[in-house]
Formats: sequence, structure tokens, C-alpha cells
Amino acid sequence: MSSIAERIAASGTSNAIELRGVTRYFGALAALTDITMSVRPGERRAVLGSNGAGKTTLLNCITGDFFPTFGTVRFFGEDVTTLPPHERIRRGLRRTYQISLLFSRLSVRDNVYLACRGVSRGRFSFIRTRARDAIMQSVEELIALVHLESVADRLVEELAHGQQRQLEIALALAGAPRFILFDEPAAGLSPAERRDLVAILTALPSHIGYIIIEHDMDVALRVVESVTMMHNGRIFKEGAPHEIQADPEVQELFLGSGHA
Amino acid sequence: MALEQTIETDSLTLPQAQQAGAVSRWVHRNAAILILAVLLLILPAVAGPFILDQIVGWTMILGMIALSLMFLCGYGGMVSLAQMTVAGVSGYMIAVFGPSSLPSISLFWPWWVAAPVAILIAVAFGTVVGALSARTEGIYTIMITLALATAFFYLTLQNWPIFNGFNGFTTIPAPHFLGVNWRAPIPFYYMVLFFAALSYAAVLYISRAPFGLALQGVRDNPRRMEAIGYNVTAHRVAAYAFAALIAAVGGILLVWQNNQISPYSVGVNAVINILVIAVVGGITHPIGAFIGAFIYVILHTFALDALVAVGLDGRRFQLLIGLGFVIIVLFSPDGIVGIWRRLRARARTSGGGNPL
Ligand SMILES: Nc1ncnc2c1ncn2[C@@H]1O[C@H](COP(=O)(O)OP(=O)(O)O)[C@@H](O)[C@H]1O
Ligand SMILES: [Mg+2]
Repeated sequence: MSSIAERIAASGTSNAIELRGVTRYFGALAALTDITMSVRPGERRAVLGSNGAGKTTLLNCITGDFFPTFGTVRFFGEDVTTLPPHERIRRGLRRTYQISLLFSRLSVRDNVYLACRGVSRGRFSFIRTRARDAIMQSVEELIALVHLESVADRLVEELAHGQQRQLEIALALAGAPRFILFDEPAAGLSPAERRDLVAILTALPSHIGYIIIEHDMDVALRVVESVTMMHNGRIFKEGAPHEIQADPEVQELFLGSGHA
Repeated sequence: MALEQTIETDSLTLPQAQQAGAVSRWVHRNAAILILAVLLLILPAVAGPFILDQIVGWTMILGMIALSLMFLCGYGGMVSLAQMTVAGVSGYMIAVFGPSSLPSISLFWPWWVAAPVAILIAVAFGTVVGALSARTEGIYTIMITLALATAFFYLTLQNWPIFNGFNGFTTIPAPHFLGVNWRAPIPFYYMVLFFAALSYAAVLYISRAPFGLALQGVRDNPRRMEAIGYNVTAHRVAAYAFAALIAAVGGILLVWQNNQISPYSVGVNAVINILVIAVVGGITHPIGAFIGAFIYVILHTFALDALVAVGLDGRRFQLLIGLGFVIIVLFSPDGIVGIWRRLRARARTSGGGNPL
């Protein structure tokens, strides 16, 4: 682990996310092949591609859910390739999951509380948090942000699918994120909830960058400034949203055929 | 001016009224446990030594050891079969460091040195068990902890210099201090009640503290816990250490009560009994450990006579316990606590449907 001074110095000049030659095998299957990409701090990027293109695996390699077979991952200049996920989260990385990963036998409030506590001190504390402690204010704010106030005391397993997706997003916004990875956050949301999602994304402070995987072009292209197209585990094209939309190859592969 | 005063007094009395409301709500919600506490406190006034020692005292000690499993399993999702072994380690260590009938092994340290040292060693052992099994899940946790428990059983059986082989230790006295013989039935009862109540309250309190909530998060979804900043392995190991503390205290009390410890005390039978107690009582709430222990103690104490009375072989009481286990697990996977919860929920809904 590098010193804090080094980290600060590095983060001033580096990309938020920098991947070099990231390759990931599952047995003989190459889910990712030689991915090299960089995302600036504050940049908002969409990753598009058909099912099985390797988008989720890409996020897993960035968070450390899976380690890359080859290649390096840098987060604000620091080599985090072999750091466990919780260390990356504590450095300001966040993510949501395509298939909700929540704490089903805890209440919505406890779920959000755990996310807020996870990126602060006192994770091992034996002293209960009181309602007037500062952390509870952040918890209530996050619950309000995703409109779950009315079900805050309900167990997560009792929530509707759309509400679970909202909670999934809230967990990724806890603390002071520097960069967020959203894996198909709009999947399963109603049109109204989609509008809320777009509002949340556009209202994020400008220093917070993100990568969003999204099949819904209406959502994706409205909230990003750059796009990475993936196909068969490789990067296929990068560019601004209008360039990607106009690209004939892309249209043939994705947009026209209704895959994306 | 007058208006201002009214507002002021209002804003003063309102929180107080709310507080009084909160207190009465708390009492109402915890009525059952408060009644139980009062009954336990006054029990020595009405019950003889047999009830105090062999029924309620034993229940509370076994309950503490089962509670340590409940904490790991109910909150952490980790089924450790080594909790009786942790209790056994502290039990053996109190015999080794304190007095016993074996001056060639026992060091005869005073209880206030021997007991903390025994607890420390048992907690270290429990933490090592945790470190070895924290990266496993489900059936693998059960297997590795059972293997460790079995290994310790054979160690005590075959090692003579420290564990005195299959004879174990006898005449291990509970302490005398403050002019009290703490092995006399009533003082011993209150000592056990104190530690059982303390463990129970601590587990209940910690279940809503960051440490306990995070443990429940680890139970529900370890991968997501990593992805929101928790070191899951460290959290699991810490849970084993805390559970070991409760089991270790229970182990010393068990040895002081029985006045002896031998390999049989940490054998596979004893290990499985703790699992049965925790499951029958219900692992979703700390009280389940004590309910399960009470049922076990009652069966263990009276089933023999009951079986003989109906003309069966008294030694079959283990069969009765096993049968009870199967029935409970089949009909209520969350044990007696689960049955109690469902009955209460039903009473509440039928009460709500009543137009009066
Ligand atoms: N844990 C895993 N084990 C085995 N194969 C996997 C695993 N995760 C993903 N894959 C495979 O890797 C490829 C890419 O998957 P994924 O990254 O989920 O694609 P996308 O998110 O773009 O739909 C797929 O062929 C998928 O079957
Ligand atoms: Mg995916």
C-alpha cells in the first residue's frame, strides 16, 4: 500500500480508472481480452454491448469481486489490482449489482445504515448508534433520495422488485464516493422510476464520475459524455454518444438489431 | 409573555411524555422477559437446591454455551460445532491452573488468576477456530469445526501430562471469597444467573450495535458486505472471538458445577447436544438458547423415570431427545422461538379482526 501522500499526489494527475491489458478467463472462456481503458475523474461513461459481452466482468475486475487473470487496475493512480474489494470501497469506489445483492433479512434502514457505516469508522463498534447521531442523518437522506421512506422499516425481502433496485442504488451512494460503477441500474424499473434514476444521476456532484452499463439507450445516452462499446470481451469502439449512435458498424451490430 | 411560557412548558413536557410512553412501550414489549427475570430472582425463596442447581442452574450454563452458537449461527450464519470445545478448553484450563485433586498437574493458582487465564486461552482457541473456518461456508464450516472438536476430544483422551487422559480432573472447587462459598446452592445459582443474564443482555444489545448488524449483513450477503467496505473475514473471526468469551465463561461454570471435567465432557455427544439445544430453542433469538437448554435438561432429568413408568427402557431418553429434535426441525426450523412468534402473530391478527 502506498503512503497517503503518494496517493494524494498520484490522484491529482491520474485517471479515476485506468485499466491496462485486463484479461479475465473463466476456465477456457475469455470473458475479457486485453482491455485497456481510462476514465477521467468526474467523467461519466456508458459501457454498452450485448449480453455476454463482458461488461459485468469488467466491473468485477475494477471492484475486485474477481481479480483479472492478467493486467493491472489503477484507481486514482494507485495500483489496486490485488486489493480486496473493501479496501477499494474505502478509497471511494462504489458499485451496484445487476442482480440486486441486498441484506434480505434486515430492514431498508439497516441496509442503508450498513452501507454508511461501511465507509466510516466504528465498523466493529459494540456501542449502538443513536437516532441523533450524525450518521443517521445521512441514512435518512439516502432513503429519501430513492423514495423509500414509506418502507424504511420493512424487511428487504418484503420489498417489490423496483424498490429493491432503488435500494441497490442507495447503497452505492453512501459516504463520499469518488467513482461509481452502475450495473444496469434501470433494469426492472418503471418509467417513473427511470426518470427518478436519471434525475439522481444528473444531480450527482460533478466531481463524482461513473461508469454505467445500460441497455436502455434513452437512459444511457442522456447521462453520459462518452461511450465504450464492448463485444466478445473486447473493446470495440469508444467515442462521444452522437459518434457512437451515428457509427454504421455499431448500428449494424447493436442499435439496429434491437439487441442493445 | 404568557403565551411564551405555555410554549416553553409544552416543549418541556412533550419530550417527557414521549419518554414515559417509550418506557411503557418497552415494558409492554418485554413483558415476558421481565416476568421471567423476576421469577428467576425470587426462585431461591421457593425452590430447593435440586431445582436451583440441577434444573435452572444447569439450564443457564448450557444455555450460555448454546447462546455462543446462536450468536455465530443466528446472526453470522456460521454453524460452529466447536463451541462446546471452547467451553471445554476453559474448563480444562481452570482445572490445570487452579486447584484439583491432581497436584502433579494442577498449579493451584487462586481463582482470580486461573479463571482469567483459562478464559483468555479459550478465547484464543475460539479465535483460531474462527480463523480456520472464516473462509468456509455452510457444510464446510460444520465439517471443519466438527473436525477440530473431535481432535480436541482425542487430545484430552490421549494426553496425560496436561489433560490426564480419560480420567480428566476431579475435585475442582468453585471459589470462596467475600466470605461466601460460591458453590453453595444459592450463591452458585445467583452467580450463574448473573453471567447468563449478562451474556443474554450483551448479545441482545450487540445485535443492534454496528458489530452485530454488520454480522447479520455478513450472514445475508458476504459479497455485498465486501462491496460496501467491510472486511468480511475479519468480522467473522471477531464474532468467533466474542462467542468464545461467552462459551469460555460457561465452560468454567460447568466445571465448577460438576466438580469435574473429563474427555466425555467435550466428546462428540456433548458437542452435538449444544447444536440440538440451539436448534430446538431457535437460533433466531438469544432466548432460544435458554429455552432449548431447559427442554434438554428437563428431558435429561425426567425422561428416564417417565420412560420407566410407561414400561420402556430408561436409557432410551436420548432417543426421545433425538425424536424431539427431528419433530421440531420438521415443523419449525426456527425452533420454539419460531412457534412462539407464529402464535403471537396469529393472536395479533385475530385480535385486530375483532370489531370490539
Ligand atoms: N462467475 C462466472 N463463471 C463463469 N463464467 C462467467 C462468470 N461470470 C461471467 N461469465 C461469463 O463471462 C462472459 C461475460 O459475462 P458478463 O460479464 O456477465 O457479460 P455482460 O455483463 O456483458 O452480459 C459470459 O459468457 C458469461 O457466461
Ligand atoms: Mg451483465
